[in-house]
Amino acid sequence: MSLRTPLSEAKGLGSAKEGVSHWWMQRLTAIALVPLAIWFVFAVAMLGDASYATIVGWLQSPIVTVFLVLFIIATFYHTQLGLQVIVEDYVGGWMKVVSLILISFLCIVSALAGIIALLKISL
Amino acid sequence: MANLQRPLSPHLQIYRWPLAMAISILHRVTGVALSVGAVLFVVILVAVAAGPVSYELIRGYIATTMGQIFLLLWTFALFLHLFNGVRHLFWDAGYGFQKSTTTKSGIFVLIVTTVLTAVVWCAAYLTCKV
Repeated sequence: MSLRTPLSEAKGLGSAKEGVSHWWMQRLTAIALVPLAIWFVFAVAMLGDASYATIVGWLQSPIVTVFLVLFIIATFYHTQLGLQVIVEDYVGGWMKVVSLILISFLCIVSALAGIIALLKISL
Repeated sequence: MANLQRPLSPHLQIYRWPLAMAISILHRVTGVALSVGAVLFVVILVAVAAGPVSYELIRGYIATTMGQIFLLLWTFALFLHLFNGVRHLFWDAGYGFQKSTTTKSGIFVLIVTTVLTAVVWCAAYLTCKV
């Protein structure tokens, strides 16, 4: 039994193959964040109350820079997807549109600011 | 026109909180809290990039008791969201839907979260003497 409507069958256009992209990217970023977040928490805990020189030295290590850039990208992608679901659940009308736009902008600006700060420190 | 004077069914506050419901709500709450945390992390990175003066300012805030309590809650929220997220991934793969299993995995998530939060903080205090 097909769950598609007769009109959909006639048009034959399908879902543009993007029907599960939100769900899939949320899982993909979640899987990436499991090792990245555990590494992040332990690494920062080991730094403790670090002096400026210590923290800059740590951030300048190429492995740390790469891991942190990946961490920032995965974190803000995941954040955007997660907050989007919450807004879609609880907010309606124009407030929903405005909230979704603000969330997207905030996540993009934050991710970019974080990456550029890291590059400024490490390059 | 709907009659707006009709009594509302009491909802959230009248039900006993099953563990699954409490953890599900906590997953969302920690998700929102961690979103704020992610932005704060970027603020710290920008402060480091801006130079020692702004970094020392933030370092001063973090060193206060309030700052440390905040960081402790942050660690707990991150691990809770992370391990409950892994629990969700198992559900996505089709495992662990038995009612008894969901209760067990929920308790497991809470235990692992508490233990790892304690491990991180003990390690931090032992190695760095914050």
